[in-house]
Amino acid sequence: MTNRSFVLLCLTPLLIFSIVFLALPLMRLFLASGESEIGWSIYLEILRKPRYLNTLVLTVLVSLATTFAALAVSTIAGMFLSRNQFKGRGILLSIMTLPLAFPGVVIGFLIILLGGRQGLINQITPGHVVFAYSVIGLFLGYLYFSIPRVLLTVMAAAEKLDTSLEEAARTMGASPFRVVVDVILPGLMPSLIAAGAIAFATAMGAFGTAFTLATNIDVIPMVIYTEFTLSANIAMAAALSIVLGIVTWALLLIARSLSGTTVAVGGG
Amino acid sequence: MTLRLTNTSKTFPDGTKALLPTELTVKTGEIVSLLGPSGCGKTTLLRIIAGLETSNAGSEIWFDDDNVTTLPVERRKVGMVFQSYALFPNMSVRANIGYGLKIQKLSKLEIDSRITEVLEMCQLQDFSARAVSQLSGGQRQRVALARAIAPRPRLLLLDEPLSALDAAMRKDLRDELAVLLREFEITAIFVTHDQNEAMAIADRVAVMSDGHIVQIGTPEELYRNPNSAFVAGFVGNAMHLDGKSTGNELILEGGSLKLPSKGAGHNVYVRAEDVHIDDNGSLCGQVETITFLGTHYRVGSRVSCPIC
Repeated sequence: MTNRSFVLLCLTPLLIFSIVFLALPLMRLFLASGESEIGWSIYLEILRKPRYLNTLVLTVLVSLATTFAALAVSTIAGMFLSRNQFKGRGILLSIMTLPLAFPGVVIGFLIILLGGRQGLINQITPGHVVFAYSVIGLFLGYLYFSIPRVLLTVMAAAEKLDTSLEEAARTMGASPFRVVVDVILPGLMPSLIAAGAIAFATAMGAFGTAFTLATNIDVIPMVIYTEFTLSANIAMAAALSIVLGIVTWALLLIARSLSGTTVAVGGG
Repeated sequence: MTLRLTNTSKTFPDGTKALLPTELTVKTGEIVSLLGPSGCGKTTLLRIIAGLETSNAGSEIWFDDDNVTTLPVERRKVGMVFQSYALFPNMSVRANIGYGLKIQKLSKLEIDSRITEVLEMCQLQDFSARAVSQLSGGQRQRVALARAIAPRPRLLLLDEPLSALDAAMRKDLRDELAVLLREFEITAIFVTHDQNEAMAIADRVAVMSDGHIVQIGTPEELYRNPNSAFVAGFVGNAMHLDGKSTGNELILEGGSLKLPSKGAGHNVYVRAEDVHIDDNGSLCGQVETITFLGTHYRVGSRVSCPIC
């Protein structure tokens, strides 16, 4: 066997995987989106009908808000946890990463227990604060499961930061705030972009949490589900799936070009 | 600027005594080297002077008439060259050198002229637009030095500035550094474990061991009059002869050696260049190795007397 044919043989599983699990389903999905009465203009329909367009915009906005909030919270927490050794650090860390173990439905349920009509907060201040079924509830649910994903990435990156860079900046007169802006954040940036991309893609595709919480509002994964199961509008479900994929992919591409490093594309 | 340390010590939280109470005075424009094996406390002392470590209660650090003991590092106005150089990877050479000036909020014009001046001094004009990753080890070292002196610090601190370079380059840069430091006319302290570096660059060398300064003096003083076996062995690799002292003479297996001064001990340290090979000498031994070292031979012999 020549070297070249051996390499080709080794690549066969990748080829089969790419065709069977990526290319074929995507192609089928794309073809299915054009099989309705209105044909390919179904994509124009998405832009024209407020129900679809507004939902798409809302999904993107909630996902972006989740991403930035998760980055802010996790960067501060991650830097603190990686730089400080104290009693209970391990327990705190395992509590903060606990959401990784929960499916979206459970997280949605937790938000209802917190901010629903029978929720903890409504019991403390009766009749006023019910946020579980609104955008805020959705945002909190997404944030809850995004934090551990970002936190772990930030902590791994923070441990690799060269502390002598920070010391160098300080000897030259930089205040602690300037050190964060000039040294720590640039050092963490590739990881922040990678972690942000994962958080964003996860939020864009989150279904379980949305399914539990989104009674008054809609997000794209929910609309795809209802089009497909309740309306049997397979073409529209397929078209929305394609649009969801393209929008997520395009935003990740922007993030990737900003960071110059490989950004993992996650989903959930 | 004159640096004065009194009673300066450091104990780490785990109880390790990294630095025992130390006194040190460095005069204006003087270059002092802290020399010692790894773990002797030399880097800890440098970091205490910089303000990157806090010293134990009772320590005092004076920059001229300012007591800077509790002053945070960013307000001490020291320049520091790190062992790894710690250049900012996201900035160009120019931006690295200008960083301290930007922090001082100088005008753009002033910053530009100062950067140009320092670039010229360190012969870095051709590299100013380069990214740090495109520089060689020696160039990085010069950028680190240029960055440290650009803000015109009161004191320049260098932590093993040559140890990241390969051996061939180290010697060239050592001489270059010695010239540059004198050109800057700045009070400087630099840490090294290499006696050749310390002797080539410093006006005075402080030899450190186990958390304290064993002896401080000019390279020649340390070489000619070491005050302890440790200094004699560490600076210039003196030979150790162990025998029995009669007061005026040291009795060894291979004969006897006249002592220059009366001593009760029985350990003598001799510099290799002070030994003369002579058929009628008072000490005899057997040559075991002869190594050619270019400018001289190194002869290894055992002081014992099978032939006499």
